[in-house]
Amino acid sequence: MPSLFRNFYLKTSMARTLNLHLKIWRQPGPDAGGWFQEIEASEIPETASFLEMLDIVNQKLISVSGDPVVFDHDCREGICGTCGMVINGVPHGPQRGTTTCQLHMRTFNDGDTIWIEPFRAKAFPIIKDLMVNRSGFDRIMAAGGFISVRTGAAQDANALPISKEAADSSMDAAECIGCGACVASCKNASAMLFTAAKAGQFNMLPQGQPEKHRRVLGMVKTMDEAGFGNCTNQYECEAACPKRIGVRWISKLNRDYTLAVVHDTLLAPVGKGGGEG
Amino acid sequence: MSTLTHAVALTVGSSIGKKALVAVTGAVLAGFVLGHMIGNLLIFAGPDAINEYGHLLQTMLHGMGVWVARIGLLACTVVHVVLTVQLTRENRAARPGRYGYDATIQATRSSRTMIFSGLTLLAFIVYHLMHFTLRVGNEYATYKTTLHGEQVHDVYRMVIDGFSWWPASVFYLIAMAMLCSHLSHGVSSMFQTLGLSTPRTMGTFRMVGRAYAALIFGGNAFIVLAVWFKWVH
Ligand code: SF4
Ligand code: FES
Repeated sequence: MPSLFRNFYLKTSMARTLNLHLKIWRQPGPDAGGWFQEIEASEIPETASFLEMLDIVNQKLISVSGDPVVFDHDCREGICGTCGMVINGVPHGPQRGTTTCQLHMRTFNDGDTIWIEPFRAKAFPIIKDLMVNRSGFDRIMAAGGFISVRTGAAQDANALPISKEAADSSMDAAECIGCGACVASCKNASAMLFTAAKAGQFNMLPQGQPEKHRRVLGMVKTMDEAGFGNCTNQYECEAACPKRIGVRWISKLNRDYTLAVVHDTLLAPVGKGGGEG
Repeated sequence: MSTLTHAVALTVGSSIGKKALVAVTGAVLAGFVLGHMIGNLLIFAGPDAINEYGHLLQTMLHGMGVWVARIGLLACTVVHVVLTVQLTRENRAARPGRYGYDATIQATRSSRTMIFSGLTLLAFIVYHLMHFTLRVGNEYATYKTTLHGEQVHDVYRMVIDGFSWWPASVFYLIAMAMLCSHLSHGVSSMFQTLGLSTPRTMGTFRMVGRAYAALIFGGNAFIVLAVWFKWVH
């Protein structure tokens, strides 16, 4: 075997294993009380992802007829936003810009104590253990996180010029995967980063203009009604966001909201001509 | 729904609207604090300068000016305090279950203690108004001096006497430290809440907020210390 490959083989096959003390939040149902269960996770390969570590733990629990730890997951490649738990006080754990499913055990050390909890917010009721109900986000999306496209022939792509800056900026906001870590890390359980990203991605583009004011007012109202807290500009969300959505989107949402209020209360009643944008 | 009730519902009835009102009233109060400090620094220009300034404020617009300012400031304070208390209560309610392992990534200490520093300041404002404006429990109202042949209030002596009693000075210094902390988050936060900050200006606004807070603290604390150490007497 060529030495380069041999070294690689040795490195990957002789993975370090970790013995960890886990403190996992267990809660049988939405209305039940919860507690931290202490579980010893032994011989965890450092190449395992955080969710694979929980899979190993669950396998052991199942083998002794225990109740496996319930947690949300889907793609396991950092793109769907389904996974998410609070690891040592930080949603998605200690590595910046990384989802729980993409967090690897090599980030931790042998003998570490790891606290694992669900996202905590009134608007995200716990379903079981680490699984929470994030349908509040769906309601915010339904209130304006879309553009209305009438059917008909697709128009020529060049008929609608969009600057590269606007397109890039919109894509930055569109990176949000709707995981909810921003709410979980916010001291006030505010959903401003999520809402701002989801409104901002459309508000940046010409296609988003006709419904801009309606979108902003609708999404903010729904966000408030869902029981999320109010943003106090502490920027914990930005630090916890696995997609590094910046708080500049919050500033933009604040600005767009003010414009929407002015439009809705002053301009619209006296009949501004043309579209809403 | 009439336009007015609709506008009120969209502002006072929404998270962003309430925050915008907090930011605007906060801006007025922060501006006032700067003007107030500059006026007070006239103490270093001698008794006549500050007494004349005090007299000017009292007699501006035939004595109406001071009342316009008072009513305006009172209104801003009431809106600022009522809305922030309400927002804070909503924020507490939004996180009913606490984390077993509580961590903070990048929130500053001053941003996390806004309600505490704010309510301490409210208590201080009440005390400060009783001390120098309503002059409860002291004879400051009788302090008079002559300026350009006219009987005016002796603001200079009032300040010297006011800060010569050390417990009062200590409370003033503590309150100024609270104000410093409050402003260092509040001022930059204002730009974000009003949607004026962009990635390019965010760092600048943060610096401006801290510099503003340090300036207000430095200026005001300097007056108290100057009286205390008898640099002015
Ligand atoms: S803004 Fe970031 S943390 Fe919040 S939902 Fe989107 S991806 Fe998750
Ligand atoms: S499981 Fe899809 S992002 Fe983690």
